[in-house]
Amino acid sequence: MCGIAGLFIKDKALEPQLGALLARMTSTLCGRGPDSAGFAIYGAERPGAIKITVQGTGTTDFAALAAALGQAIGAEVPFAQHWTHAVLAVPREKTEIAESWIDARSDIALVSKGARLEIFKEVGYPDDVAANFGIPAMAGTHGIAHTRMATESAVTTDGAHPFSTGADQCLVHNGSLSNHASLRRELLADGIRIRTQNDSEVAAGYISRELRAGKSLGQALEDSLCDLDGFFTFVIGTEDGFGVLRDPIACKPAVMAETDQYVAFASEYKSLTGLPGIKTARVWEPKPAQSYFWEHA
Amino acid sequence: MTTFDLETQDLRALNAALHKLPLAGSNQAFRVLNPNGEHSIAVGVDADVEITIDGPVGYFCGGMCRQARITIEGNAGQGVGENMESGLIHVKGDASQSAGATGRGGLLLIEGNASARCGISMKGVDIVVKGDIGHLSGFMAQTGRMVVFGEAGESLGDSLYEARLYVRGPVTSLGADCIAKEMRDEHRAELYDLLKAAGEAGKIDVGDFTRYGSARTLYNFHVDNAGAY
Repeated sequence: MCGIAGLFIKDKALEPQLGALLARMTSTLCGRGPDSAGFAIYGAERPGAIKITVQGTGTTDFAALAAALGQAIGAEVPFAQHWTHAVLAVPREKTEIAESWIDARSDIALVSKGARLEIFKEVGYPDDVAANFGIPAMAGTHGIAHTRMATESAVTTDGAHPFSTGADQCLVHNGSLSNHASLRRELLADGIRIRTQNDSEVAAGYISRELRAGKSLGQALEDSLCDLDGFFTFVIGTEDGFGVLRDPIACKPAVMAETDQYVAFASEYKSLTGLPGIKTARVWEPKPAQSYFWEHA
Repeated sequence: MTTFDLETQDLRALNAALHKLPLAGSNQAFRVLNPNGEHSIAVGVDADVEITIDGPVGYFCGGMCRQARITIEGNAGQGVGENMESGLIHVKGDASQSAGATGRGGLLLIEGNASARCGISMKGVDIVVKGDIGHLSGFMAQTGRMVVFGEAGESLGDSLYEARLYVRGPVTSLGADCIAKEMRDEHRAELYDLLKAAGEAGKIDVGDFTRYGSARTLYNFHVDNAGAY
């Protein structure tokens, strides 16, 4: 089943409430995906830094970790812990070496990197996951969330969405892909880093590869209709944008709402009912095989 | 008039109250406030009752109903009126996928658009959609009538049995074994009756519609195809 929620804020006055609104939207989707939950938040930039979100074991000493990373890359690494995850602020020019250092360790996993993107995901009931990460207190311009009912891979933090395979890029998926094994091999050969056996991460990797080749998100989404075999509704985040795509058969539900203040996506209308002004919002069902995309100017 | 406010009252209590109504002669009215997209509102009702729902509903609203006359003052989620047997469901907004799926009787009236698979496997229900319908609508529809004022998406009436589909606007593509058919007097008459039931008689010309139905070739084994097996 799985549930997806996405919120793209147009009115800056609403930005401090991004996390609270997104957590509220996700709360109504617990029944669609009680296994695990994840949140991608596009928050404030740190000048000169790239934010790397890592997932620890639950007992990870992130202060010691940040100090060790700082020593390895020769720079101070400020960090903010959120439950089992921490956001490490690494000088932009040290991103690659920091990433290799993190990838070489078995006790932490890289969840996302980017100027603005932070991803928090864990196994557990979505309401608990949101509360433990402190999602309601987070501010930002846009965010996407996922509640998972596992089908193609195990119930682990690795299998939880959103997936990020490129800087400031992330994807959540409701559905299942059939050609993910062959496509994963292809993407790995093309130098896209894919860290799990999950089918949705392959979709994220596919979009990252197409964007890297210079395509617009709209074009990448359109091309995915030919190259991905399976059923899906995707919500995709980039540093400034927010996109939605459904496969041509469109067996997975989707509903959208737009007001002067925001554009919102959800698996069910129920999830939108907590948004301000929803009663007078334009509400519609995104058409199959048509990509929708919004961008901050 | 009985009022249920789903902001403070339980959905199961509402449905239980509706299920307790006697099969005949109740002639009651229910008003449901703050439906907030909840699923399965007013399902399985079998009573002479008027139900007004004051906003958008989730999945399966009015499913499996008999007799009841339901008005939804907003959009309806997936499967509105699925397997309805008689009565009326009137959606004032849009309907999501699989509206009226497997419906056996009664009238499902949608003021706005219906999305994919409208009337899939319908078995006697009448569906009138004043806007457009999505892809794969009328898939394997067995009997009953569907009327669409606007456009139909891809693969209309794929693998259709004996349901009759009347579409006024363009059809993106026809599904397997679905063809346009001649409008005879009996078809104009039944379409007029359906428009009348939808409150549109005299406002819309029955001559603007095209009838679609089964070519009746799909399920008949033809000896010329023997080599294909």
